[in-house]
Amino acid sequence: MGLELYLDLLSQPCRAVYIFAKKNGIPFELRTVDLIKGQNLSDAFARVNPLKKVPALKDGDFTLSESVAILLYLTHKYKVPDYWYPQDLQARARVDEYLAWQHTTLRRSCLRALWHKVMFPVFLGEPVSPQTLAATLAELDVNLQLLENKFLQNKAFLAGPHISLADLVAITELMHPVGAGCQVFEGRPKLAAWRNRVEAAVGEDLFQEAHDIILKAKDLPPADPTTKQKLLPRVLAMIQ
Amino acid sequence: MDLLSAPCRAVYIFSKKHDIPFTFQFVDLLKGHTGVTDVGGLGKARAVPLTGPFCSVAILYYLCRKYSAPLHWYPPDLYTRARVEEFMAWQHTAFQLPMKRIVWLKLLIPKITGEEVSAEKIDHAVAEVKNSLQLFEEYFLQDKMFIAGDQISLADLVAVVEMMQPMAAKYNAFLNSSKLAEWLMRVELSIGSGLFREAHNRLMQLADWDVSTLDPAVKENISELLKKSK
Repeated sequence: MGLELYLDLLSQPCRAVYIFAKKNGIPFELRTVDLIKGQNLSDAFARVNPLKKVPALKDGDFTLSESVAILLYLTHKYKVPDYWYPQDLQARARVDEYLAWQHTTLRRSCLRALWHKVMFPVFLGEPVSPQTLAATLAELDVNLQLLENKFLQNKAFLAGPHISLADLVAITELMHPVGAGCQVFEGRPKLAAWRNRVEAAVGEDLFQEAHDIILKAKDLPPADPTTKQKLLPRVLAMIQ
Repeated sequence: MDLLSAPCRAVYIFSKKHDIPFTFQFVDLLKGHTGVTDVGGLGKARAVPLTGPFCSVAILYYLCRKYSAPLHWYPPDLYTRARVEEFMAWQHTAFQLPMKRIVWLKLLIPKITGEEVSAEKIDHAVAEVKNSLQLFEEYFLQDKMFIAGDQISLADLVAVVEMMQPMAAKYNAFLNSSKLAEWLMRVELSIGSGLFREAHNRLMQLADWDVSTLDPAVKENISELLKKSK
């Protein structure tokens, strides 16, 4: 059995792994793990990833979780172009810096924006107070500003003149609030221009394909009570 | 840097252990200072916000490569490296946030605002930490000496400084598990007890912090933020 990637394209980190593998022609078997159905909580999946999260990788007997670790594993194992994770010490440090920063900042805001704006009210039927939503969107705003001012600045891409893992991870995060109907790029021409560059570098078709599901998140049918009961505790823990 | 911050301690310990020349610029988080650090001559300023630098992982990788640290710190083997990187990624949300929360809820918020935090909130935070510790033991450490195998790596360093953080609030993460306690001893020995204790000195004295030295404007900011997050 070759490389298997356990993904749900509803999830931001899964999208980054998917795009990276596809773009670099890395052969893999896609194993879809339906988060909405709670398939990540199954015993079968726990054998692949005891942490019960996607994305997960299985390469022979070797299993791995955490999107950043998976992206780095694929980078090391398959000879991908240097710009994704440059050999140059300082250029690489820039990529690492973003990949480390984003976990508790932009990722968190993007996740909360989707759940507070769409997934809780529409999918789970749980109302979200206007104050909570406002606070989440304000936090997202702060992180978008940091993304632009601290990381992007006046460069073409986050770590320099070329696309890297940092841009891939960032853009897939930002598509989360976009999927929720947030106008993330409005009034941010620099960020919008960057987004277009990233999409062009990835390839429009692959980009659209990876984001098809998240862009339809608003249209998800409401969860049945059993599913809701199964998902709610984990969701609450995930977005706190 | 301020050694109150776990990520700062990891960088400090690593740099000292490998005799990496650096200028220690003390940024007093307790006075509400934010500032810049320049570690290992990176040639660029990095802000240390009140919550500590998120980029210590990047700094550690950089220092490893630049100063050719012994390979066990960041192993070149595909699978072992992946395990280290997996932990380094996971710990941001699973360790850093919950460990920090304990210190804030049990120690800092009462000190700054004069109000105790509800037992319910504290219990919830403790449960989260316990859950992370369990996952750490079962998934990352297992029956190995260290996370990556027989030798200490960056993962153990980052893990240990994070797990020490709640000590400031008198919460001992190593109390209920002999496995973790033994691992702690091994890590401390590998680092060197003197250096380990030196790095954690300021943290262990946090309970004695005289909050009246905190800039009133910063105190006001923090109180506002806390009210909003209620």
